[in-house]
Amino acid sequence: MKKLLLTASLLASPAFAEGELKIYHWFEYIPQELVDKFQAETGITVTIDTYDSNESMLAALKAGKLGEYDVAVPGDYMVEIMGTEGLLDTFAPEDLANFANIDPKWVDVPFDPGRKSSIPYQWGSTGFSVNRDVYSGDIGSLSILFDPPAELQGKINVLDSQGEVLALGSFFLGIPQCSQDRAQLQALNDMLLNAKQHWASFGSDTAKDVLVSGDAAAGMIYNGFSAKARAEGANVEYAAPKEGYVVWMDNVVLLKDAPNRDNALKFMNFLLDPENSAAVTNYAAYSSGVTGVEAFLLDEIKNSPENNPPADQKGFFIQACDEETQKLYDAIWTNLKK
Amino acid sequence: MAGGDDSWRPLARPLLIPIWVVIGVFSLLPVLLMAVYSFLTKEFRGGVEWDFTLAAYDQFFVTRGLFGDEPAQIEWTYITIFWRSIWQALICTALCLLIGFPTAWFIATRPAQSRGIWLFLITIPYWVNLLIRTVSLKFLIRDNGPLNEGLMAIGLITEPLPLVNTNLAVQLGLFYSYLPFMVLPIYAAVERYNFALSEAAADLYASRWTTLREIVLPVVKPGMIAGCILVFVPALGAFLAPDLLGGAKTFMIGSLIDEQFKGSQGNWPFGAAASMILMTLVLIVLVFYARAASREGAA
Repeated sequence: MKKLLLTASLLASPAFAEGELKIYHWFEYIPQELVDKFQAETGITVTIDTYDSNESMLAALKAGKLGEYDVAVPGDYMVEIMGTEGLLDTFAPEDLANFANIDPKWVDVPFDPGRKSSIPYQWGSTGFSVNRDVYSGDIGSLSILFDPPAELQGKINVLDSQGEVLALGSFFLGIPQCSQDRAQLQALNDMLLNAKQHWASFGSDTAKDVLVSGDAAAGMIYNGFSAKARAEGANVEYAAPKEGYVVWMDNVVLLKDAPNRDNALKFMNFLLDPENSAAVTNYAAYSSGVTGVEAFLLDEIKNSPENNPPADQKGFFIQACDEETQKLYDAIWTNLKK
Repeated sequence: MAGGDDSWRPLARPLLIPIWVVIGVFSLLPVLLMAVYSFLTKEFRGGVEWDFTLAAYDQFFVTRGLFGDEPAQIEWTYITIFWRSIWQALICTALCLLIGFPTAWFIATRPAQSRGIWLFLITIPYWVNLLIRTVSLKFLIRDNGPLNEGLMAIGLITEPLPLVNTNLAVQLGLFYSYLPFMVLPIYAAVERYNFALSEAAADLYASRWTTLREIVLPVVKPGMIAGCILVFVPALGAFLAPDLLGGAKTFMIGSLIDEQFKGSQGNWPFGAAASMILMTLVLIVLVFYARAASREGAA
């Protein structure tokens, strides 16, 4: 009996012949059915280890895990950091049959121009939402957060995150990210200090809850979070500020010293298939960076206003500043919260 | 056992080894690591480089302006943050003492069989995770929460009391979190108090106030001091209550240190230095207390 089972399982999975793939991924960010599908199609055995922040993933790889994994899924700025730290391998567009499926606007991204080491996984935006029961005026500007109308003063939650607050503040003032210009930084510092008097709280994990409970009438928030707040009954509208909002993107990268480079490329190619990319989007409720996914998306995700900004909406990735500039940004953030 | 069998003594040392290991690994080693890290050079995006420097302490105490080229001045930012946290912890300790002492006294003077139930009632909420209790407290006191709705329903107030995101809410959260740490040690001390002493004092015409001050307090004092330390020290480093109930608008010692170790902007040496400064402050307080206590004991 035992022998029979063994033979059966050997027959069922030709995995060992095709080798392995080791993925270093976020927690709960890929549907198991999709992993099973990949294993069934290719016969590759997939192992997934998880992490819970870009920084912990970077730390683990730098501390000696490089060479253990084939692919990882860093956020936009982390792709750039990993690239500068020499943790990424490169591939040619011809290596991926589905490379042309990448949405053209996500090919020449600032953190990996021309997509030499990464492909898009999912993307979303960080802007703000307003409770329309409290304020019905125009919400097309970041001034809602930084110079709020009387109805919203003292009822605003902002993300407790330096990157997002300073980036949106810079968009509002029209100054470049990671600016080293003294006058501009001083203006940013003063503008934020002045805006803070109108803010009720800083909170990232709580960004959705404060809008649903009514503790805040407006709040800086991720688009997916805002959609959930709406689904939970809050009359909130996700704004499309004219100055632009923050765009983030998670990317599958090919790691340096990948033990199964060919399988890694197969996996990346697999994810660029619209049906597979749509499966991730349906699971994670963000947006895919692949063209042609619409046919495979669930209706509530395809039609969600948070996932469908106006065509002319400007979005910018957060830049990773160099060490000198980062010091100034740290000082401004401490000033704001001291 | 006085003057009796001493044959257990040779065994004492080997038996103490596990305790020394525990103290060494879980108490001394982390402090030592922290001390060393506070003198290292910050590595960009988290981590440290093994170059010894005083930069972290310099950043804590000295400022040279936003752009670092003004004449050096005392940096008040972090001192202010520390002072705010210390002040808050002091108020919390005073409140806990004010409410905790009568509570402990009340429990200790119940009949023996019902004391257990009272203690049980005090500890029940603490079976639930602190985070969940703090969030629940926020639900209770928010603008459209049960407290404000109730008060408005009975007509005491017309507008909701703005409680959430205020220092009052933070105080409430700290007080609620740490009250049992005050009640339990005082209870233990009061329970041992021999009430015949109070009767004797009364027989000798001491007023109730004099009895409390001269007879009860000296006996119960160690419990009160233990309670104060148990409340003050964690309240000093607390960041759940300030973040959730106070809106995280200003750094506390806890959140300032937390910020240094997470995220890409982390500064481990500075976080370690701030922790060392905090620990030094707490140690100074404890040493003063120990001295005062031993002087009193000698007198």
